[in-house]
Amino acid sequence: MANLSWLRYTVPLIIFIVIAVFLAQGLKNDPTHLPSTLVNKKMPAFSLTRLYDPQQIISTNDIKGPALVNVWATWCPSCFIEHPVLNALAGQGITVYGLNYKDEREAAIRYLEQYENPYKLVIYDDKGSLGLDLGVYGAPETFFVDVAGVIQYRHVGVVSEQAWQDELLPIWQNMLIGEAE
Amino acid sequence: MRIICWMVLMFLSCSTNASIDAYEFDNAEQEIEFRQLIQELRCPKCQNQNIADSNAGLAKDIKDRSFALLKQGKSKREISDYMVERYGDFITYRPPVKGSTWFLWFGPGILVLLVIVFLLFKKIATVRTDQVSRVLSGNDHERVNQLLKQYGATDDENK
Repeated sequence: MANLSWLRYTVPLIIFIVIAVFLAQGLKNDPTHLPSTLVNKKMPAFSLTRLYDPQQIISTNDIKGPALVNVWATWCPSCFIEHPVLNALAGQGITVYGLNYKDEREAAIRYLEQYENPYKLVIYDDKGSLGLDLGVYGAPETFFVDVAGVIQYRHVGVVSEQAWQDELLPIWQNMLIGEAE
Repeated sequence: MRIICWMVLMFLSCSTNASIDAYEFDNAEQEIEFRQLIQELRCPKCQNQNIADSNAGLAKDIKDRSFALLKQGKSKREISDYMVERYGDFITYRPPVKGSTWFLWFGPGILVLLVIVFLLFKKIATVRTDQVSRVLSGNDHERVNQLLKQYGATDDENK
């Protein structure tokens, strides 16, 4: 019989390496970061009121890309952090829509008065119904919607200056290039 | 007496658990279906909790939407798919069988099979070496006799 004693050491070693590599990959994953299933899909249909006017119904047709759709609320501390960045982006001419998520109308209006309003239009979603259709699991989230109304990307968490420069601006520019073609 | 008082108080404190949900069901089956559904749906915000256990606002939203869909006559499966469409496979504790979940579904079974195969081979190998060791070659006989002689006995006496 052939001498297979070397298997005794190499097989467990190989198994160990495979498991170690597998688990090391897992360490890099952020378990709280869920991929969006809506990428490459149309913005879901909705019919909600405008933040500034409870009488005015707005729908998907009012969201005209290329634009950012930013999910925010006054109860959300991270939204407060990204707010100046959104103001700056709006100042650069980027269209930003707001989705006021599970919030109070008066509080939201006061907030925008106080900290400036970067949004072209704010959808008032007090029940979080559009949020659910968008797969929102926590504010802030920012969706990249192209000219055809298709979601190209979803960013979870704060749009910081750094995140915009390093990660999001290229995605935004790609979206614009894609449309120009 | 004090012990009885304490026990009564403890039972009272437990009974509050039952009154969390305020859903009105059409029939008992619908309620059972709903309970199963919210056990199987996972809360995206509060990880490692199902939406039945979670008190997060989002879990409540998903419960409410599930309930509304159930009332519309949607099946458990349809509602589960509806949520997966929005939140991805993460939302369900019963992920669909596909490429990326293949190992999750069949990995444990494969591991058990591998262990069984390994143990069988090991067993066969030991049986074989046992048989081999019982049969002594002529050379071995000579050596055994020599050793026995050295210690004052012969192989024949032992037989």
